[in-house]
Amino acid sequence: MTPPNRDISNKRFRVMQAEAMQRRAAFDEAPIPKIHIGMATCGIAAGALETQAAFEQALAERGIDARIHLVGCVGHCYAEPVVVIDHPASGFPPILYPEVNPGKATMLTKLFLEGGDPRLEHILGATVANDLIPSVMEFPRFNQEKRVVMEKCGRIDPEDIYDYLAENGYAALAAALERSPQAIVAEIERSGLRGRGGAGFPTGTKWELARRAAGDEKIVICNADEGDPGAYMDRTILESNPHQVLEGMIICAYAVGARHGLVYVRAEYPLAVKIIRKAIAQANEQGLLGQGILGSAFDFDIGVFEGSGAFVCGEETALIQSVEGRRGMPLHRPPYPIDAGLKDKPTVINNVKTLASVPPIIENGAEWYRGIGSAGSPGTAIFSVVGNVTHPGLVEIPMGVSLRTLIFDICGGIPNKKKFKAVQIGGPSGGCLPEDFLDTPIDFDSLTGAGAMMGSGGMVVMDEDTCLVDVARYFLDFTQKESCGKCTFCRIGTYHLLEILKRLTEGEGQPSDLQQLQQLSEDIKRGSLCGLGKTAPNPVLTSLKYFADDYTAHVEQKRCPAMMCRPLIAFYIDLDRCARGCDVCEGCCPVDAVFTTGNRKKGIDQSLCVKCAECRVACPPEYQAVMKVSPPHLAPIIERPPGPSKDKP
Amino acid sequence: MDLELSAEEARTLDDLKVQLIRFKKERGELIPILQMFQERLAYLPPPTIELVADHLDVSPAEVYGVATFYNQFRFNPPGKNPIKVCLGTACHVKGADIILENFERKLEIKEGETTADREFSIERVACVGCCALAPVALVGETVQGHMAPSKVEGLIMRVDIEKGIKARAEQKK
Repeated sequence: MTPPNRDISNKRFRVMQAEAMQRRAAFDEAPIPKIHIGMATCGIAAGALETQAAFEQALAERGIDARIHLVGCVGHCYAEPVVVIDHPASGFPPILYPEVNPGKATMLTKLFLEGGDPRLEHILGATVANDLIPSVMEFPRFNQEKRVVMEKCGRIDPEDIYDYLAENGYAALAAALERSPQAIVAEIERSGLRGRGGAGFPTGTKWELARRAAGDEKIVICNADEGDPGAYMDRTILESNPHQVLEGMIICAYAVGARHGLVYVRAEYPLAVKIIRKAIAQANEQGLLGQGILGSAFDFDIGVFEGSGAFVCGEETALIQSVEGRRGMPLHRPPYPIDAGLKDKPTVINNVKTLASVPPIIENGAEWYRGIGSAGSPGTAIFSVVGNVTHPGLVEIPMGVSLRTLIFDICGGIPNKKKFKAVQIGGPSGGCLPEDFLDTPIDFDSLTGAGAMMGSGGMVVMDEDTCLVDVARYFLDFTQKESCGKCTFCRIGTYHLLEILKRLTEGEGQPSDLQQLQQLSEDIKRGSLCGLGKTAPNPVLTSLKYFADDYTAHVEQKRCPAMMCRPLIAFYIDLDRCARGCDVCEGCCPVDAVFTTGNRKKGIDQSLCVKCAECRVACPPEYQAVMKVSPPHLAPIIERPPGPSKDKP
Repeated sequence: MDLELSAEEARTLDDLKVQLIRFKKERGELIPILQMFQERLAYLPPPTIELVADHLDVSPAEVYGVATFYNQFRFNPPGKNPIKVCLGTACHVKGADIILENFERKLEIKEGETTADREFSIERVACVGCCALAPVALVGETVQGHMAPSKVEGLIMRVDIEKGIKARAEQKK
């Protein structure tokens, strides 16, 4: 490749950035109020579109001049829809409001935007430090995070390239084009960046191999085929800040000498697909993609491929198969995609988070990046923390923070005064860790050592009411369905694992089952080609190891200690507690299993009951008469009186 | 389930035959073509498989093999009110399977099926992305958070009632 004309690329970029800064200044300095609404999939699901409509209507009705700025997601899912109102004329700093429904939107328009009263009872905090209102930066959910990849998420409009440029976006690309490709690869190698897709392969090494690979036409693929149930960080990044990912891809292409790029994104993420397509079009318009990028001699274009939803396609050879129009079945490696990938051309495949980490590294230098996180795993990790936790959402933390800090300090711990039981890390490929492991630092090596794995970053917190046998069954159900069927051990082995686990949760386990689970799991790990099969037994193995009591109770006593496996529990009504004459349990039962006895108390017909717990939730707290027992034969039998009592009045 | 193509679907299919010409006769186009067909028809009725196989000059079995491999493609039409029950990890921990069971019982169909009047269909989805609202179900495009078994009947009833109101309004016209 001919060396780029450095002066030109820098000059072009400065002009573009100046334009962006000017637009930003005009927006910031306008004295009118600005309303920033989080509008990623999570916000929309929580009702952000209705909130936006309510703001628009209220503003129009009152004739208030204000700007609505649609931004991405800040990762605070528990507080969606999140709105930041910046009302300079009121004298207050920008304020973050959680859970803004249409009613609240109308109220805030009237009382704050018109009346100047920020309604302090509804705020979460100010977004900047000030003398009037506590800032959100004083909360652990905010100040213990370290944002590298998600720094701009939720602050900028993902559909406006100028918003990204105004935040120094694409500056890393302009800087990279002034250096040689070798220097860029060396910088990434020095930074110690490891692939964020799960395996943690050093990115610099991968790029160096790709740079040296023979062939003039190389390809860069951004892997956004996020299939884990319960993980959604890649989607959020694409929806909130697509240009940072594109910038990372362009830098990667420049470093390895690639001509074409492809974003492989799940078709189930329609908003992410729409936003990334728009971002590519805008980058093309600005000369950041296409021929002669920023006036240099470097050409690169990016296409989008919509993945059709197969978990195994996250594996790189399977991903390539699916782009080529085949079933996504992994191939033997070598040859690695780095030598012969898509259409047999050298192909670099990087995860969304890996690529999004590149621009900050180039901008701030490898030493800065090494300063974040731990020695073996520099940088930050992004987790989607969900399940039984007070503040679920996306959290970006420096590597090396302990699980305890993440779950209890940052995410607020377990709600409803329940006790912590387990945390499942790494999705279907990961493992379940008990309380003893809470002080494990989060990084690639420590988690693998504990039997879990970093995976793509799904983290499910479980309280004492969760049955680990059932959780293992859930994950096996998923991997069994998603097994591509190539390797016998994975195809048939996971099926049998699932059969045994189903048997256990139905109270038909045999003493030999536990031994068989262990043996079969180890065999599947050995006998499978790709990561899916190699890691599918992890939830079983870790739960067998750390929660053996759960398993033995299921086998020996046909009892589910957490009272979660429905065939092993029964509901009954404690006649001493039942209040007589309150019909709430009978009314809410979806299958008419609750009946009234002769003395106006209630009973449950065990043959009809589907154990949905609806009556237990509905029974007024001062009675709490609906009891749950395991094993089911412990429930006292109450006969249904003959006659018409079954018919509701 | 074998359902006849409706007249409208047959018309769409004719149009899609014309659209096919836009695609190159390359294997790599297979998935994008299937995606376009499904976007227009909402599912892949049997004639589409033949059409695509003809265009790309591969056997229908090959096309069917790819189409069934991926979760995105469906082979029976969705109902007018598709019900999607989220079975992501967070929803599972909060009892999503009970919600799914309740929909199945009320509508008397299994997941992946459509009611005979094509009014409702049920499917399971991996993660809707609003884990904080778990368990979650979608009725049409609307997200229903914090689902409970007793909410199921109400949701179905509401669709029925709204349909009744609409029908009466049309009658008045």
